[in-house]
Amino acid sequence: MGYLYQTGQYALLMQKVFVKPDRWRMFWRQFPKELEKLGMESLPIVIIISVFIGAIMTIQTKLNTENPLLPTYSTGLVTRDTLLLEFSSTIMCLILAGKVGSNIASEIGTMRITEQIDAIEIMGVNSANYLILPKITAFVLMMPFLVIFSMAIGLFGGYLVGMFSDIISVADYLLGIQYAFIPYYIFYSIVKSVVFAFIISSVAAYYGYFSYGGALDVGKASTNAVVNSSILILFFNLLITNIMLN
Amino acid sequence: MIEVKNINKSFDGNQVLFDISGVFENGKCNLIIGESGSGKTVLMKSIIGLHRIDKGRIEYDGRNLPDMRMKDIRILRREVGMLFQGSALFDSLTVMENVMYPLEMFSADTRKDMEERARFCLKRVNLEEKAYSLFPSEISGGMQKRVAIARAIALNPKYLFCDEPNSGLDPKTSLIIDRLIQEITQEYNITTIINSHDMNSVMEIGDNIMFIDKGKKAWEGSNKMIFKAENEPLNDFVFASELYKQVKKANS
Repeated sequence: MGYLYQTGQYALLMQKVFVKPDRWRMFWRQFPKELEKLGMESLPIVIIISVFIGAIMTIQTKLNTENPLLPTYSTGLVTRDTLLLEFSSTIMCLILAGKVGSNIASEIGTMRITEQIDAIEIMGVNSANYLILPKITAFVLMMPFLVIFSMAIGLFGGYLVGMFSDIISVADYLLGIQYAFIPYYIFYSIVKSVVFAFIISSVAAYYGYFSYGGALDVGKASTNAVVNSSILILFFNLLITNIMLN
Repeated sequence: MIEVKNINKSFDGNQVLFDISGVFENGKCNLIIGESGSGKTVLMKSIIGLHRIDKGRIEYDGRNLPDMRMKDIRILRREVGMLFQGSALFDSLTVMENVMYPLEMFSADTRKDMEERARFCLKRVNLEEKAYSLFPSEISGGMQKRVAIARAIALNPKYLFCDEPNSGLDPKTSLIIDRLIQEITQEYNITTIINSHDMNSVMEIGDNIMFIDKGKKAWEGSNKMIFKAENEPLNDFVFASELYKQVKKANS
């Protein structure tokens, strides 16, 4: 019953969010700030995680596929497909759910408990639209770039393994990441990332917007936002994969 | 003028307000006073429209709030200024930007005119110019209240609501804020409703006082009449301290 109520409340909030802004000027002022805060400021964590995961994935794939029957390029191929299909979209989004989701939920939650949202409402402004729309649109727009960036950096991480160790040769790796490439996988990943970006930003905004009480409750709202958006990401990952790759 | 008629409000079957009626006149400081938990905050939030009432009428110069659609409520709210207990200034904006915010949302003026208006409002609340570029976290509680008043009057409101305006302030700053609210109310002929349990405010600016006890209107009058009031819950509340008991004795 609680989940049904929350789903209805979430739908009503989204109805308030996706309307024409009271002032486009204010929206365009907020939008670049959110692009920077939610997108550009996520780049360092995307780079660090992608390069390490790319390298680790290459090493582990090589170690687990030591078989003379398998072609030498298979390590690069497996690394590439894992990065493209799952890591750079789903796993990266799960990580960003922690960073961006908690940021949005705590920011809006703090505004709620310090009556800043009430102040906006009292002025006659649609607070949900003013606060949440720039965040959702900015994050949904930035996510495909983050995902593509993560793919490139992840592949570069594998390349570094070839460069600085004798686990795999650079030539084999480069052959592998180019072999039987299916461009549709990138499209599939981008579609997933856009859906996940919407889930992360809107669910976090929902928990922040309806938080109440004090600092402890904002913390709880933040945790709930991360946990529930992660579960939804996994569920929609299954659904989209079934639709697009089956 | 705001007139409330037979307001009833309950939460989950628990009635909080019982048949409250009253008139809040313009140009006067209308105080709602009462003990913590008496229902005064619920009454104020109901008048603003943050709580939907079960029964009754809330008329803003004849316009009944409960009958209005959300779109019309939003338009009405542009005529409303509110001073929150914790000031509710936007952390991410400077003092100047906070006062500019309602202007940027609703004014059709040029940016230069808006800045001029914001400066005028900040000067009106006697805020030093060097504070304009600071963030709310960088100024004192009293200064935050002044900025909040400046923001509330930026759009020339017809109605001003103040929720515990002296909360967290020292007595001297409280007096300055009270007098500022009173001056602005009289100067712009605003209908001001103040939610307070600060006795200095009651004595200083209480042109019209409504005392709420256990969700019911228990007394109504002015700060001059309060000394002669025979209402027992009111006297217990207002003259709780020994000092005020002596003041009452001396006055009556």
